[in-house]
Amino acid sequence: MEWQDQGLVLSTRRHGERDAILEVMTAEHGRHLGLVRGGKSSRQAPALQPGNRVALTWRARLEDHLGQFTAETLESRAGLVLTDALALQTVTHLALLMRLLPERAPHHRVFEAADAICTLLGQTDLMGPVLVRFELLILSELGFGLDLSCCAATGTHENLIFVSPKSGRAVSAEAGEPWADRMLKLPAFLLRDPRPRSEPDRFVEDGFALTGYFLERHLFEPRGLGHGGARSQLIANLLSRLRNNEQRAT
Amino acid sequence: MAQALAGPEIERLIQLLGRLPGLGPRSARRAVLHLMRKREELLVPLADAMRVAAERIVTCDNCGNLDTQSPCTICRDSRRDPSILVVVESVGDLWALERAGALRANYHVLGATLSPFDGVGPDELSLPKLVERATGGAVKEVILALNATVEGQTTAHYITDLLTEVGVKVTRLAHGVPVGGELDYLDEGTLSAALLSRTTIG
Repeated sequence: MEWQDQGLVLSTRRHGERDAILEVMTAEHGRHLGLVRGGKSSRQAPALQPGNRVALTWRARLEDHLGQFTAETLESRAGLVLTDALALQTVTHLALLMRLLPERAPHHRVFEAADAICTLLGQTDLMGPVLVRFELLILSELGFGLDLSCCAATGTHENLIFVSPKSGRAVSAEAGEPWADRMLKLPAFLLRDPRPRSEPDRFVEDGFALTGYFLERHLFEPRGLGHGGARSQLIANLLSRLRNNEQRAT
Repeated sequence: MAQALAGPEIERLIQLLGRLPGLGPRSARRAVLHLMRKREELLVPLADAMRVAAERIVTCDNCGNLDTQSPCTICRDSRRDPSILVVVESVGDLWALERAGALRANYHVLGATLSPFDGVGPDELSLPKLVERATGGAVKEVILALNATVEGQTTAHYITDLLTEVGVKVTRLAHGVPVGGELDYLDEGTLSAALLSRTTIG
């Protein structure tokens, strides 16, 4: 068995003295693991840092074997990732989310979205909306997508500002008003404006609260996963930077 | 199934030595054969040294280093600069820095690094003791000598935030071109880290 593909490095784990088990999100073969001979050597280790895009060749005798990877760097992001706390937290968060996907099942949109986010590392104002959208994508790919197209109660496409925590569907301001305290807020950037111009921190916070609720309910809690700490730190750091940027601008 | 070459005591010795880093079953057999040949000069003193070490090795209550006394030899050394505290992940890293001999400072061994992938959180690290040592007043600078990996740098950023309120200077090791390194042969990640961490000459 042999194939070639592009992949995004998610993690590397030491195996023995010099080898490594590489976990990648590939374009055509989904999340995939494989052994890299000499993966912990000073020559190969830099290429296998999380966030890097690599050209991969996977070989195994049988399809269900772990197999061996050879990897070559296509785009190295480790320099930025290791020096910027937010970039580091973002790459870790992406990897943790992609770990929720089953192994060896292609998820083209996830690979493309994750790779695109890695090219935006360092752009704080864009990072909130794109990460919220990525979390929605992960929910959608695993069968728990939210329906934000029209109001669940009236069918209208106008003035959608809530999401029902029960159904995961959008609700208009009028229909949701009586239950406003129980509704989740739907940030405008998920519907129209991709880049919030005023109070970006509040919209981003609402966005993460929305996705966080459904991630916890459908994915983290049923699997007994505690991703809360790393995700909370990322959100706190991102919101702090957005507020600082806003203060500087005014 | 492979046939036993020797008695169970020797087979057990081969099996145990084979678990050591850098040794496999084959090299363990060679080592045991060598020990048996040099029984009086090597095997007996080695067994004795290992028994004594096993009885006496303790974790230093102050820094987390492994030694036969607590506080450890490094913590007791009065010639070290008490104003500098070097934070490392493991005793192996401490030994590596000591081999370099560039700084005579005190150390703090964390015991691990934060890894959301493996579920290693702040509670698994020796952080309360680090904050306590940094708060004492004697420490003026904390050097984060952690690996240039996602786990190492995640830990570095976390400790930096933790020590913000303490008011000590926090620095980290530079990332960049190794001694003897030729730019043409370096990977893009190392080169971009080196450019981002460039320093003024003169």
